[in-house]
Amino acid sequence: MEIELRINGSARRLDVAPQVSLLDALREYLGLTGTKKGCDQGACGACTVLADGRRINACLALAVQYQGREITTIEGVDHPLQEAFVRADGFQCGYCTPGQICSAIGMLAEHKDGAPSAATEHLAATGGELDEAEIRERMSGNLCRCGAYNGIVSAIKEVAK
Amino acid sequence: MKPFSYLSAPDTATALRTIADSEDVKFLAGGTNLVDLMREGIEHPATVVDITRLPLTGIEELADGTLRVGALVTNSRLAADPLIRTRYPVLAKAILLGASAQLRNMATVGGNLLQRTRCMYFYDEASACNKRAPGSGCDAIGGFSRGSAVLGASEHCIATHPSDMAVALVMLDAVVEVESVHGIRRVPIAEFHRVPGETPHIETALAADELITAIELPPVPAAAHSRYRKVRDRASYAFALVSVAAALAVEDGRVTEVRLALGGVATKPWRAHIAEELLLGAEATDENFARAAAAELAPALPQSGNAFKIDLAQRTVVAVLRTLNAERSAS
Repeated sequence: MEIELRINGSARRLDVAPQVSLLDALREYLGLTGTKKGCDQGACGACTVLADGRRINACLALAVQYQGREITTIEGVDHPLQEAFVRADGFQCGYCTPGQICSAIGMLAEHKDGAPSAATEHLAATGGELDEAEIRERMSGNLCRCGAYNGIVSAIKEVAK
Repeated sequence: MKPFSYLSAPDTATALRTIADSEDVKFLAGGTNLVDLMREGIEHPATVVDITRLPLTGIEELADGTLRVGALVTNSRLAADPLIRTRYPVLAKAILLGASAQLRNMATVGGNLLQRTRCMYFYDEASACNKRAPGSGCDAIGGFSRGSAVLGASEHCIATHPSDMAVALVMLDAVVEVESVHGIRRVPIAEFHRVPGETPHIETALAADELITAIELPPVPAAAHSRYRKVRDRASYAFALVSVAAALAVEDGRVTEVRLALGGVATKPWRAHIAEELLLGAEATDENFARAAAAELAPALPQSGNAFKIDLAQRTVVAVLRTLNAERSAS
């Protein structure tokens, strides 16, 4: 199928079969290899990208479904989180980092919109502080096999201030 | 993944006509379960109808106080909705305790109801599974059964229903609205999911040509004081070993209203009617909470690997009811 995707602000045309995931479309068809394939089953978060500003797992998204949506990958990101991750040692091997950063951008927007998490004590209230427990719960969809979680949480905390 | 033909339905009528006229069609919404199952070769539809452009995304309050939630409302949007958070905190919490933020942003209410078990034998094509291949047997029975069900199981299937959201919906007596070319039906959620019996592959009351269009949440004043507690192997982003959805009203020390449902332990989202009947009118004490929980779990049929769930479920029920009772006394 001939489709058009909007990636990092540009329109990109590509010819993909319906079963091609958004993740494979980005990596194998468009050469945008910043988005990583970890589990390919929605369990690790390495493939996290933003669709209209909301974080999703690109491995469970079919590319054909995302025509007309604004997709942002790590290649299109210019955000204080990136330097904060470097300062706080928010990674070791770095494989999960693009997903962590896209996820954290989406997470900060969700929190700003007043969305609760399972760690939010008073569900009816909005605007609670983004403390460590909140960050850990809200980022639980991004696994880091190197275990750099303390650095990841510090980096996000620094930017969330 | 097996190749399929793809159609993006422009409206509900087209979607319903397509599924009525063709064999082997699947509706695709968020994709968080179906795409995974197709990649694993467990689902292999000839045609996939993308329904994400259908106008089923509203959350509206009806004249009688019922909240009507469109089937394509995402899990994250439902959990963040102010009316859900104040009137049905049990539902918001159940959703927020499920999956990850990314998955909740994709997954829809209708899709959540149709998600399939995560029983590892269902996922493993080399294993016998009556759900995946009817008549092939059940390797979960006598196998690694830590995640399997102790309630509602049969000799043909012990797969656990994985949803958290549906457990809260069963507690709230939600109604599932389904539509086909023949019209609209409303199915009480308690009748929507089926226990496996002799036909584990038939999981819901949804007919082959029907689409879930909405769920309706009736007014449940007691639900404003409700809780969902989930016990699992890690602190976040894992399926339940046991979960409890509960609402409790107490006057003069006696239970005047109680709603209780269990997840992680049963083959369908489990309304704990036995416990509710014992509790109604009884004194709100830990002893009575424990007695009711024990009666609900009495019919449980454990395997060697999941017998711990019987005790865990009882203790979780008592803990949740005790918390609700203490909060009510304090307020």
